[in-house]
Amino acid sequence: MSEAYQPARILNQGSTQEKAEGARLSNFVGAIALSDLISTTLGPKGMDKILQSPSNLLDSTITNDGATILSSIQISNPAAKILIEISKVQDDEIGDGTTSVVVLAGELLKEAEKLIHKRIHPQTIIKGFRLAKNIALKKLKEIAQDHSENEEDLKKYLKKIAMTIFSTKILTPYKSIFADLAVESILRLKGSTNLESIQILKKTGGLLKESYIEEGFVLDKKLGVGQPKRIENAKILVANTSMDYDKIKIFGSRVVVNSSSKLAEIEEEEKKKMLRKCQKIVDHGINVFINRQLIYNLPEQFFTDHGVVSIEHADFAGIERLSLVTGGEIVSTFDHPELVTLGTAKVIEEIMIGEDKLIRFSGCKEPSACTIILRGSSKQILDEAERSLHDGLAVLSQMVKNPKTVLGAGCTEIIMAQAIEEAAKETSGKIQIAMEAFARALTRIPIIIANNAGYDAEQLVSELKTSHYKGNTTFGVDVMNGKVCDVQELGIIESFLVKKGMLLKASEATEMILRVDHIMYSAPRQRGMN
Amino acid sequence: MLRYDSSGKPFIIIRDQDQKERLTGSEARKANILAAMTVANLMKTSIGPLGMDKILVDQDGEVTATNDGATILKNMQVENPIAKLLVELSQGQDDEIGDGTTSVVVLAGALLEESLSLLEKGIHPSKISEGYEKACDIAVKHLLKICDKIEFDKENYGSLVKAAKTSLGSKIVNQYTEKIAKISVEAVLAVADLERKDVRFDLIKLEGKTGGTLGDTELIDGIIIPKNFSHPQMPKQIKNAKIAILTCPFEPPKPKTGHKLDIDSVKKYKELLEIEQNYFKEMTDLVKKSGATLVLCQWGFDDEANHLLLQKKLPAVRWVSGTDIELIAIATGARIVPRFSELTEKKLGKAGMVTEKSLGTTDENMIVIEKCSNTKTVTILVKGGNKMVVEEGKRSIHDALCVTRNLIKDNRIVYGGGAAEISCSVAVNKASKEITGIEQYSIRAFSQALLSVPIALASNSGLNSLEAVSEIQLKQIEKESPFLGIDCISMGTNNMKEQYVFDTLRGKIQEFLLATQMAKMILKIDDIIRPTGQY
Repeated sequence: MSEAYQPARILNQGSTQEKAEGARLSNFVGAIALSDLISTTLGPKGMDKILQSPSNLLDSTITNDGATILSSIQISNPAAKILIEISKVQDDEIGDGTTSVVVLAGELLKEAEKLIHKRIHPQTIIKGFRLAKNIALKKLKEIAQDHSENEEDLKKYLKKIAMTIFSTKILTPYKSIFADLAVESILRLKGSTNLESIQILKKTGGLLKESYIEEGFVLDKKLGVGQPKRIENAKILVANTSMDYDKIKIFGSRVVVNSSSKLAEIEEEEKKKMLRKCQKIVDHGINVFINRQLIYNLPEQFFTDHGVVSIEHADFAGIERLSLVTGGEIVSTFDHPELVTLGTAKVIEEIMIGEDKLIRFSGCKEPSACTIILRGSSKQILDEAERSLHDGLAVLSQMVKNPKTVLGAGCTEIIMAQAIEEAAKETSGKIQIAMEAFARALTRIPIIIANNAGYDAEQLVSELKTSHYKGNTTFGVDVMNGKVCDVQELGIIESFLVKKGMLLKASEATEMILRVDHIMYSAPRQRGMN
Repeated sequence: MLRYDSSGKPFIIIRDQDQKERLTGSEARKANILAAMTVANLMKTSIGPLGMDKILVDQDGEVTATNDGATILKNMQVENPIAKLLVELSQGQDDEIGDGTTSVVVLAGALLEESLSLLEKGIHPSKISEGYEKACDIAVKHLLKICDKIEFDKENYGSLVKAAKTSLGSKIVNQYTEKIAKISVEAVLAVADLERKDVRFDLIKLEGKTGGTLGDTELIDGIIIPKNFSHPQMPKQIKNAKIAILTCPFEPPKPKTGHKLDIDSVKKYKELLEIEQNYFKEMTDLVKKSGATLVLCQWGFDDEANHLLLQKKLPAVRWVSGTDIELIAIATGARIVPRFSELTEKKLGKAGMVTEKSLGTTDENMIVIEKCSNTKTVTILVKGGNKMVVEEGKRSIHDALCVTRNLIKDNRIVYGGGAAEISCSVAVNKASKEITGIEQYSIRAFSQALLSVPIALASNSGLNSLEAVSEIQLKQIEKESPFLGIDCISMGTNNMKEQYVFDTLRGKIQEFLLATQMAKMILKIDDIIRPTGQY
């Protein structure tokens, strides 16, 4: 009678499971803890976090960027993992709003938890949330302003959006400078969303506000030894070929010699082969040669002798940007000079930034790629500035495609929440409660922002709500002064895509977590001896 | 274990007794049934449009959230041998039908649960098995009687969409059922051969991509490969492409036999150099000569070859996966060419438009091949706010595709919402009265077990489950209509015909047969021997 009446264990040893209420609790606790952790970074007066890498304690990152924080904390709670994932996707897709998406999901789950305590079935909550989400989305689309017609207008709005984004980051004091930088470099891309063509060079020294956008293109490399430091009317060959030693790529070939004289002969031949290649390259009629791979001394010597400037070891991204900027193609064979498109630049020169020597290409054919030089007093500041700038650039690049804006400063959230509340009045049943909960979660976002700024948030937001009810639908929270005021006048404008992404991803993730009533953990993989 | 033979000498039947655990007879049976019931109870909450999901955390901490029975069971690391059998069962249903993977486990669990009380009455397990067998026969025959046919053709496929919607109703995609069901059906119809009633599943590609929401999922008339063109300066769009598909690398050949090529003089060195240079030229020349305007290669390119391709204005894609290559070959009518020398114009495939598209702010591109000469290949691009949603979306769509395929193979359906089960239960119960002997008990037990799925359905939907099911039972008998079921989503009617909730006949029959078979098999076991200490 031993085992028959014991509860049957069906899972592997080491596996655990959590059921029904337990599973739900664990999901809520995990997800809410994560969102609380990150909610203090939200808004213009949000705080930063220090992330220390587990392997090297000296290597720390200071950041305000949600996606960066979340991707570096190690978490085993599955619901929290889902939130991390949506933040990552928001980052990949739109670039900003990585914190707010997690915070909104966390607030939605907090509301859902309360409803579950009231014995409302999760599926009913999901139904209500979906309805609320659709209403909010509809409202969001209604209030979004389209700026696609007027180019001047668009530029103005792009700048405003960039300023809104940067105002929550380390760049706040110089947001106007950086907004200009970002807008200009994005407009150079001419509608492409490939941010690879914007190069951000970080050079320690100087102040953040001394950052600038370089006319032309800067490559963080050195010119060959003994070659001129300035070349005018450059004809550039951009190449990807081995210039160190060029072995014959036939499988199984090897050199076998029986005397040292023969070895010398072959060595001689090898050199000749390399020189022939160099000659072919020079025959393209160029005066600058840029290779992705290393260039050894012998060919470098040859180039110097023939008045060709050589730059070695420009990495993949560098090469691709260079070919974009100069209009030359990336070349790997040199037999048909007539077929090769060469790149051009008016002036190539070595410049100094701080203590580093860099190469600047100016007067290029296609200024579609550009370089932003970031200056700052420490590595951490520079890294954070780069992340912030990247967020801004990402949003702007998407904006150019879809130039719709909404008002920031909590204004949009309140409008959506009120639309949901209106609709909830006409919905009967438990769904109504769920819809109201959704609206409450949305209002939490301005509350958190105001809270982080150290104001009496509940007071402010309720004032804000009243003014919206009175018909001032452009009002929001001015966190600089702790007042309710017209956002349109303040010029706090956000991208429609960011808000839409936040709304949709947060509700999708919430739905996913709410649907779960059982969690099964596999036994951790056994580590081998080595 | 020691036994004595006729002459009184002891002999050992099972060695190392103390290291083995052993359960026999009714104890073994009860342990088994209990294990099976545990698994079945676990799955019960996932049934129906209001069923819940499970989160599975795998060995490396990766999270899967799903509602799909087969996926849950497969990933939950089961140790108990009986539970393992149920995992196999669900897998069997998945491979054969692709839908109903949860119900089949729940049904098997219920059959075993019922048999528990029969065993206690002292009925021999093999008698129970026989009874189940007979009852299953009756149920299947009844299904054949009550089944309905749905009509559709290439243009009017509304009824198929409705069936797909039933399958999708219980998954996370149910917010967008209308759209996703339509996509699934259109995908299947695009590749289906209605004459032969055959659907080639390998022609439908499911590609997942995070970003957007599940509602942005789209059907692409062509193929998507997550790759870039091999050289950044190649054109991003090719119209009327003639595609050469190569399975040989753009590199000097590597004979499989081991060899050494010795260079011992300058002359040889020069010769070899020339040969090497010529390889690349020959290769690209051969491709160009065939008239191809796009090269897809399963392998990599040498830098030099890559540049030569650019120079000859031949856009190329490298490292295309084997399955993609096959799909593209089918879609464009191209032949897969293993050697450059065999490339001819006839072997090229045709596609109206090939474009490289970038998505989001990351450097991830996709190549979309559209308007293929043989349009019978489609891709469903599943989008979603996070990785887990996309994965679950893919699984759900796979289920919907399976349902549609099954309907094309056999357009007979039975009504869902538990209607078919209740109807069969009534029929089996009725039949049991005409059978004398002990079997009557087990047949009646079978009819009870059939109700387990509707009961789970009702209780997941927040109804008073037993009451709801017995009410329907009564109504079915009164009105003699087999299409009354549980009204899960509060539509206000129990008539499943009006709600358009239906399952495929094939799937249902398979479900009954597999569950019965499994119950019989587990009942037959009367001895569990397993080594201990090892765990």
